[in-house]
Amino acid sequence: MSVQLRAGYHVNSNMPADAYLIPLKLTWAAGPLQATEIVYPKAQMEKYSFSPDPLSVFSGQFDILSKFKVSSTATPGPTAITGKLRYQACTDRMCFPPKNVDVALQVDIVR
Amino acid sequence: MLPWRSLAALALAVALAACLQSPPGRPALKAEKDRKAAPHFTLKDATGAAVDLADYQGKVVLLNFWATWCGPCKIEIPWFIDFQQRYKDRDFAVIGVSMDDDGWQSVKPYVAEHKINYRIVIGTEEISQQYGGVEALPTTFILDREGRIASRHVGLVSKSDYQNEIVHLLDAPKQTAGVMPGALVALSGAR
Repeated sequence: MSVQLRAGYHVNSNMPADAYLIPLKLTWAAGPLQATEIVYPKAQMEKYSFSPDPLSVFSGQFDILSKFKVSSTATPGPTAITGKLRYQACTDRMCFPPKNVDVALQVDIVR
Repeated sequence: MLPWRSLAALALAVALAACLQSPPGRPALKAEKDRKAAPHFTLKDATGAAVDLADYQGKVVLLNFWATWCGPCKIEIPWFIDFQQRYKDRDFAVIGVSMDDDGWQSVKPYVAEHKINYRIVIGTEEISQQYGGVEALPTTFILDREGRIASRHVGLVSKSDYQNEIVHLLDAPKQTAGVMPGALVALSGAR
């Protein structure tokens, strides 16, 4: 999954250092495909005027890789899997409430 | 063509005009005639006690919408702790409205950890909408003694900006006999 943020915005990485910060998280619903691993890019450590320490963030364009296992009971043919991307974005002056975005992936299961 | 001395004088005049328009340290407060009543609310603090905005009639109030996940908000909180301590005896109060989805679960430990000395309540979507739709945090309103919104700041601003506004409002002459407009709205709405 490719993510593009507007210039000047950042989201917390999947592993922010501060426990109060909301991490970026991609989850997939149970279905014919089972997510076995979500691979996030390497976080950037950025310094902002509002934080004494650098923050672990993503900005600009980045990709999240999902690895799936096909269920043994999956029916061959085209299907879709759905998931949610949770993120919380900020600029260097303000932050925006956390959001959950629905995501979907079209796949074709073959034997 | 203007001689260089005239050009220099013109440049100086422009610079002076700019200074006169925005003198340093001047608070960005709305003119009194443009101030509207702060929407009334009653919310509970961490102890379960009601925080009723009408009870703050006659006080200058700094109303800060914030969240524990908001980095820029964390810079401001020590400033607000300082203001609360410094001006509490001059009819001033800070109220923090947390917009954390999980409410006290995140807010209680944060308040204890940061030794917040002012009252915190958990905000609602309704309150957010009443205050014009608080989309970005921090968003801070400074209310005058009559319960009117004297200024609104979205995003991080400087401590001195807040301080200038607070002191200006505290130093303003008190108006005699009045009822907080927000309280009037609430009372009339309850009928």
